[in-house]
Amino acid sequence: MKKIIAIVLIAVMALAAFTACKKNDNKPAEDVKGEGVMTHEQYVAAEIGAEVVVETYVQAKQSWWDNKGTFYTQDKDGAYFIYEMGCTEEEYNKLVPGTKIKVTGHKAQWPESTGIIEIIDAKFEIEEGNYVAEAFDATALFGTDDLAKHMAEYFTVKSAVIEAMDEEGAAFWYNWDNSGEDGSDLYFKVKIGEKTYTFTVESYLCDKTTEVYNAVKNLKVGDTVDILGFLYWYEGVNPHVTGITVK
Amino acid sequence: MKKALACFAALLAAVLLIVPLAACHGSKGMPAFTVPEGFDTSRDIEITFWAKNDTNKTQVDIYKKAIADFESYYPNVKVNLRLYTDYGKIYNDVITNIATGTTPNVCITYPDHIATYITGDNVVVPLEELMDDPEYGLGGMAVKFDAPKKDEVVPKYLSECVVAGRQYALPFMRSTEACYINRDLVEKLGYEIPEVLTWDFVWEVSEAAMKKDANGDFEVNGQKVMIPFIYKSTDNMMIQMLRQKNAGYSTEEGEILLFNDTAKQLLYTVAEHVKTRAFSTFKITSYPGNFLNAGQCVFAIDSTAGATWMGSDATHHDIASDKVVRFETVVRPIPQFDTEHPQMISQGPSVCIFNKRDGQEVLASWLFTQFLLTNSVQIAYSSTEGYVPVTLKAQGSYEYTEYLSLEGADNDLHYSVKIQAAKLLLENVDNTFITPVFNGSASLRDAAGSLIESTAKAVRYGQTVDEAFMAKLFSETTSLYRLDGGSIGGAVGKKDLGALPGTAKLLLILLAAAWAAIGAAFIARLVKKRGGKE
Repeated sequence: MKKIIAIVLIAVMALAAFTACKKNDNKPAEDVKGEGVMTHEQYVAAEIGAEVVVETYVQAKQSWWDNKGTFYTQDKDGAYFIYEMGCTEEEYNKLVPGTKIKVTGHKAQWPESTGIIEIIDAKFEIEEGNYVAEAFDATALFGTDDLAKHMAEYFTVKSAVIEAMDEEGAAFWYNWDNSGEDGSDLYFKVKIGEKTYTFTVESYLCDKTTEVYNAVKNLKVGDTVDILGFLYWYEGVNPHVTGITVK
Repeated sequence: MKKALACFAALLAAVLLIVPLAACHGSKGMPAFTVPEGFDTSRDIEITFWAKNDTNKTQVDIYKKAIADFESYYPNVKVNLRLYTDYGKIYNDVITNIATGTTPNVCITYPDHIATYITGDNVVVPLEELMDDPEYGLGGMAVKFDAPKKDEVVPKYLSECVVAGRQYALPFMRSTEACYINRDLVEKLGYEIPEVLTWDFVWEVSEAAMKKDANGDFEVNGQKVMIPFIYKSTDNMMIQMLRQKNAGYSTEEGEILLFNDTAKQLLYTVAEHVKTRAFSTFKITSYPGNFLNAGQCVFAIDSTAGATWMGSDATHHDIASDKVVRFETVVRPIPQFDTEHPQMISQGPSVCIFNKRDGQEVLASWLFTQFLLTNSVQIAYSSTEGYVPVTLKAQGSYEYTEYLSLEGADNDLHYSVKIQAAKLLLENVDNTFITPVFNGSASLRDAAGSLIESTAKAVRYGQTVDEAFMAKLFSETTSLYRLDGGSIGGAVGKKDLGALPGTAKLLLILLAAAWAAIGAAFIARLVKKRGGKE
């Protein structure tokens, strides 16, 4: 009898471990959309200005201000950038990465015609479910039109090279024109393949106390780095960086 | 019973001890500032200056140089600079720091914001006494640098800093709004730009620019994108249109007049042109200058303080250089309803001083504030954008008049669009106005812009803009911006100051305990009386 119990226990533990591994794969066990909820494909196809209803999972919180929060969210098929969604500070605090939310709002693009696709004037409700996306490797997509299909997604680029911001050889600037100070957004140039891009540590998303903020301040021109972040868009790709590792 | 009385006495003593501690919290109880007899240069004084820049490195450098120059005159004073790029953030941080008694010493601000700051006692220093002081006043005998005298500050700008009847700030820079126009596109559409724009002209040309060819490209620019008219600040748009129409906005006392029939008619006009996509706003579309410079906008209305972002040769660009097209930029005042009596907003940063217990610290703050009005700071800072100096001393200086005369000499310091924008304001000072300032006027301003933004979004979302929509919009805006009751002076602008401090919480607990003890003692006495034991 004891043997049987032991076998059952082992089997249960193994199953639990397997389930946990599945979670580590970071795929939602089930991502069936509720009634009236759009798939990511339908969301992409919707016109700018149209009302959209999506079920998605919070990946990162950018800011809360005046009862409005801005979020990077994602389901298994793609990302949804949610700008200034109505929420109290208490609700904002509850929306930790992984939290599933149903969002009703309007599709927009800012700047119009060249910026990030987003959901604005949104309201939400928290639903059962949890999903934290793994970063997808965008290295090969930089410089291609396909990168825009991944707008707002959590991504990584491998073995990028830090380039100088100016003739003095600064590896980063505070603000786009170096007019800022410690705590301002950090701007730095990254060469991926043959092209150079401007990446940003957005200070609301990752403030000066974060590891990534300080890591960028320690960058040197010529460093080879792996980068994590979200594919923000402003007059072209302008990633918001959340992690950086010097090789 | 004696024990109970002893406990009660102890509680009462504790309460009496806590009351003054709780009262000390925050700025309550700060004595009114009086000018010290002299400035003590023998002791070190450290002050903080919260400054706003337009995300402009040159402006930051000018602040830093001003601080260094000031410190060379007063080596015992150290000025710590904290940079902001957003007035709203400064406002929010000041509110937070009033609650904790940690306001900056000197702060770039707007009178609307001061109206809220001064709801606390003696939080902001009234400047009349300082300004008139013969030793340390404006251009006073003991001032170590060449400061302007009171009558050398543009009187109109000085009066704009009077809040609730007191001079709570000094002007620092002034600007207005300008319409930056792509002349090439206007003429291609068959129009000539008049000296004074009318709203009808702008709407008409904007609609004409919406024609597309068989490929779906806009005929006027051959591109897929054309948003002929983009307005950056819709609160200014509504405020100025109402003023030009001689319609209500608010009274000096804070009575709300915004929700009137003229405003409604203006919103219907906005809706009409949003529907055709001939008009949009910064919040919906992004910076007007970006679209202007890409040849995708005909009329871009933005501050004169944004002039360096406007035009093919703009000093600043926010779009890729290969997207910038060549065109001639014309700078005009904003459109008017009555071209004989043009009216436009006066705006721009002012400076206020926060009160401190140490009068020497306040005096040092005042001297630094005065330094910001010296020619060196005024001319340098105003030249970074289409600002104008706020002193007649700077405006009339050789250096400044030469700067203006070199309009177009280069595309950097003498960038023509920037200098045209500054000249526009200099020529129209008498046509500028400000809105009444009262506690809550900042909220009313937000509401004015929100009416336009909400109407524009509703049209874009396919909603019907009719009387029912307007009624709902007015009602919701009134509620959202807490404009209920018609008059908001003293009611709006109150901020959640956060959780009660520990001392206050302890006080409340002790008060409750004291009342409980009193109640218990009273009941005990009653019980004893009824039992006949006393």
